[in-house]
Amino acid sequence: MPVYNIIQAVNDALRIEMRKNPNIVILGEDVGNFGGVFRATSGLQEEFGKDRVMDTPLAEAGIIGSAIGMALYGLRPVAEIQFSDFIYPAFDQIVNELAKFRYRSGGEYPAPMVIRTPYGGGIRGGHYHSQSPEAYFAHTPGLKIVIPSNPYDAKGLLLSAMREEDPILFMEPKRVYRASRGEVPEGEYTIPIGQAKIVRPGKGVTVLCYGSMVHSVLDAVDKQGAAEFDPEIVDLRTIVPFDGEAILESVRKTGRVVIVYEAPKTCGFGAELSAFIAEKALLHLEAPIARVAGLDTPFPYTLELEYLPSPERIAKAIAETARY
Amino acid sequence: MRGIGSIEGCAPSIEHFVPQQYLAPDGSFDAARVAALGIPRELLMKLYRGMLLIRIIDERMLTLQRQGRISFYGEARGQEAAVVGTAAALGKSDYVLPALREAGAALYRGLPLRTYISQIYGNENDLTKGRQMPCHPGSRDARYVTMSSCIATQLPHAVGMAMAAKLRHDPVVIAGYMGDGATSEGDFHVALNFAAVYRAPVVLVCQNNQWAISTPVAGQTASPTIAHKALGYGIPALRVDGNDVLACYAAMRDAVAFARAGGGPIFLEALTYRVSAHSTSDDPSRYRDESVTAVWKSERDPLCRFRHFLRVIGALSDGVDSALHEAIEAEIKSAVVAEEAARPPALATLIEDVFATPTEALREQLAEVAAALPAHPHS
Repeated sequence: MPVYNIIQAVNDALRIEMRKNPNIVILGEDVGNFGGVFRATSGLQEEFGKDRVMDTPLAEAGIIGSAIGMALYGLRPVAEIQFSDFIYPAFDQIVNELAKFRYRSGGEYPAPMVIRTPYGGGIRGGHYHSQSPEAYFAHTPGLKIVIPSNPYDAKGLLLSAMREEDPILFMEPKRVYRASRGEVPEGEYTIPIGQAKIVRPGKGVTVLCYGSMVHSVLDAVDKQGAAEFDPEIVDLRTIVPFDGEAILESVRKTGRVVIVYEAPKTCGFGAELSAFIAEKALLHLEAPIARVAGLDTPFPYTLELEYLPSPERIAKAIAETARY
Repeated sequence: MRGIGSIEGCAPSIEHFVPQQYLAPDGSFDAARVAALGIPRELLMKLYRGMLLIRIIDERMLTLQRQGRISFYGEARGQEAAVVGTAAALGKSDYVLPALREAGAALYRGLPLRTYISQIYGNENDLTKGRQMPCHPGSRDARYVTMSSCIATQLPHAVGMAMAAKLRHDPVVIAGYMGDGATSEGDFHVALNFAAVYRAPVVLVCQNNQWAISTPVAGQTASPTIAHKALGYGIPALRVDGNDVLACYAAMRDAVAFARAGGGPIFLEALTYRVSAHSTSDDPSRYRDESVTAVWKSERDPLCRFRHFLRVIGALSDGVDSALHEAIEAEIKSAVVAEEAARPPALATLIEDVFATPTEALREQLAEVAAALPAHPHS
């Protein structure tokens, strides 16, 4: 079985689906001839031509807006936003148009498509190459949000995303784009949207995380001594809709919860998870729900590792929650 | 074709800014020029009916709004020629992406009147399940895409649909409509740029009615005409008297043929005037000189101009005209009676179409609402 990094897994999924489904088209800045600034679409224009792998003018609203039109017509566009920090010019197109099209048209005009975008910090990218904006979109009815943490999931989830009937925001953890490597089966397989994965079973503390934070949590457990508290690590993989059953099952078992996300703490997606658990499983809790998150600051450059939830901070939160 | 830009290989010059016109406001026309258009009499009558239908519906809906029977309405009064003239030049498999005042195009394309009225009432018969305010119809059958209320956002969609049609080698043209205010939005510029770069088969139609609520077109742009903006993107442009239905039809017919033949995008500016308020929530006497409006409403009225033409050429008698009025009024009356009596959409529709299948969270939220409304008659 080949060993891929996340970029290679994404590339593999795109290639497989493009060979299978002539309606799949890719569009974005530098995705064609150059193969994307992270090389995720490398070689695809060569194989599928300029009609199906389109380099676009530099305008995110145009990329998403025209992709919506293609989806309305019956194609299955996979649009790339080069960095999720640059997604805001397309914000209106995503939240007011894409997300609402099926609803506002009473089902006459669904617009199933995928937006792929690298997100997150830890790459020395400063304010504008590091953001983790998932919560803005999670607050918008009509969008599904998938955030894989590893190559195997990235491929299986992206294949599912391209076959979904709903618009999908597919956020790729660029900090571990190349660092996360693993065996990836050749050919097709899918992972259902909306299903979490238990990365490490345990009985002591439930740790909820997604994307690159899964790796920081694993480091907290494997390298910072948090293993002694027997944490159960839950990789959500999809945050809209999130796997409430898997979360509750774990929380009922452990009675203790740490939620880790790298976006600013206030109104981050972890706030929703915390509220969900408080609503559904309060009487199972033995300790306050802990959140380890980014600070409520713009994303910093020099002190980014202090800003991001570090394995040390995560390990400390796990220990405090376990001992409460 | 008199145009600005490369459609005739000509550079823009002042004479090309003069809007194309066949029927003058004073009722005069050059019979040979009109005949050269080759528009059959049956189509002339269809154009007239389409325009008259909008005029009568708008009047009726305005009355219903004043009586508190519907919540809102946005008229197309004075713009009937631009709406129907352009829509008539499209084929059945072409798509329309409208702005606020193109509902007449949907009706012309076969959207049933009752479907239109049911959307205004937002009732159980509404194809769009009561999800938007009045004047937001949409239908796949009519190939009339359900709009949002946001300005110019539909233009990138029009371009994307045209790119898709081109990619599939379908002989389909997409018409993206906008008002003059929309040409200030970022999405307008993005759409024109993408359309030109990909040579998308799209006709971008601007109904320049000279007012965006209270802002006149001079407050919107310093461009000599709206059509000029297209030239900057490498898109040829046409400019017509938007109150002359023959000019609108003829220009749109040329534009659609140009796009369908692989010429790429083309822009059409129809110069008209918003003689009514922006909507029923607006009072234009607070911000503009209504004596100017009065001229547009009387001397320049597109429906009167076309009716006069049809009478002069002997296509329309008093008897036929009044029979047409009566038939339309009767159809509207019976549609209003039926749709006013219809029930609201079922409660369960509240969570339909957010996704293809409602999520567990949505079902739970609906159950919470339903449980608090035990006597809800429509659940």
